[in-house]
Amino acid sequence: MGTPALIMLLICGIGFAGAGIVISLILAKSSKNAQKGEPYECGVETSGTSWIQFNVGYYLFALIFLIFDVELVFMYPWAIAVKQIGIVALVEIVIFMFILFLGLLYAWKKGALEWK
Amino acid sequence: MKSVILYSLSGFSTYIHNLLSSNIGNNLILLITELTIIGITLLISLVLLCFFLGWMERRVAAFMELRLGPNRVGPQGTLQIVADTVKLLFKEGLTPSKSDKFLFNLAPFIVVVAAMMAIAPLAFAKNFSIFDINIGVLYVSSVSSLSVLGVLMAGWSSYNKYSLLGAMRSGAQIVSYELSVGLSLIAIVVLSGNTSLGEIINSQQNGWWIFKGHIPAIIAFVIFIIASTAEINRAPFDLAEADQELTGGFNTEYSGMKFAMFLLAEYINLFVVSAMGATLFLGGWMPFHIGNWESFNQIMDYIPSFVWFMGKTFLIIFIIMWFRWTFPRLRVDQLLKLEWKYLLPISMINIILITLIAIMGWHF
Repeated sequence: MGTPALIMLLICGIGFAGAGIVISLILAKSSKNAQKGEPYECGVETSGTSWIQFNVGYYLFALIFLIFDVELVFMYPWAIAVKQIGIVALVEIVIFMFILFLGLLYAWKKGALEWK
Repeated sequence: MKSVILYSLSGFSTYIHNLLSSNIGNNLILLITELTIIGITLLISLVLLCFFLGWMERRVAAFMELRLGPNRVGPQGTLQIVADTVKLLFKEGLTPSKSDKFLFNLAPFIVVVAAMMAIAPLAFAKNFSIFDINIGVLYVSSVSSLSVLGVLMAGWSSYNKYSLLGAMRSGAQIVSYELSVGLSLIAIVVLSGNTSLGEIINSQQNGWWIFKGHIPAIIAFVIFIIASTAEINRAPFDLAEADQELTGGFNTEYSGMKFAMFLLAEYINLFVVSAMGATLFLGGWMPFHIGNWESFNQIMDYIPSFVWFMGKTFLIIFIIMWFRWTFPRLRVDQLLKLEWKYLLPISMINIILITLIAIMGWHF
């Protein structure tokens, strides 16, 4: 099986979720009630909007993640070629890791790794 | 090694392929027929798998807490989960009136599709996988990380503060732990020099990587288990849906079948993660061999490859379920501290050790 198998899986996923939801729509009884649409929080009406602003700490984690995720993608081709290249690959990855590690240490020192 | 006998499902699939191709001349129709058969088989087995996992989850929980668990519906309570599914099917799927309705209804689809797509390269038995892509490891890690989109979407669109908080936590968590999962996967890619899951399994013919790779491979395995437990949002890392503090987290507003889809995706993800662990570290469908104990190895070869694969996968699933009843839930700052200050530096150093082992040929 080649790429068509992936398309098949995509269709399977959409079809399965869709079929489940549609069957339940047909089978389940529904009743209209204004209260049902309220957010499920504590029984009292919600105060203010629920779409509150994001925490900045979260944003910093996302930024650091981005750097390390790109690093991961770079490491896949390296990982396959390691055995052919030999000791040079080791030296290179040590340098690469060292620079990244400095970045992590910098973020650590700056307090970017604390959840505020 | 002579006369290795591995009963395989591939014989069966080849038989069906030959039968179909002798009856259907047109290649396109043949392809579509085969894909339909695979799709239906896959869906049925996934539903059965989720039923089994749901039952196992409860029984394991009961076993850990010295309770009985569900044991009334069907033999040993096996049909309880079927009854629950029927109940969910008859429940009304509410959509909150103030929510972003398009995203709210789209999120379950994304989560299910992301979970299902990740199954493609898994080898369930000898030479038996849907599509053994040559970038299998990269494919699984990239596709399974798509599910965070569904979670964020569900939390944001629900118009509920609990959901939004749960989704934000989940985003930070999945995104962070993905790094450790990725690094521990790369450790095995370095050792085997390949990203295709089939080739990685073949490289473990004379011993599984967890044994061959010495201590760094064991460290990588432990990090993989911890980080992937966090990545699939299971306890003790279930901050995204922490029942006691966030009522239900990102799926608070979901009900009926849409909620069931999140549950289903969680079980499929649990299976995929455990199967990846079994494939990369424990040799996939490869039987357990000890050096030159010929007769012992022969007996091990008689156990079908499918049983080996499922056995290893369910061992890891059991360990992950065990976590749930052993460790208390982490706080969100502890969670991020564990990843960024412990697991990530350890796995970075571990990669260098693994590279040293791979280059020097110290693995056997």
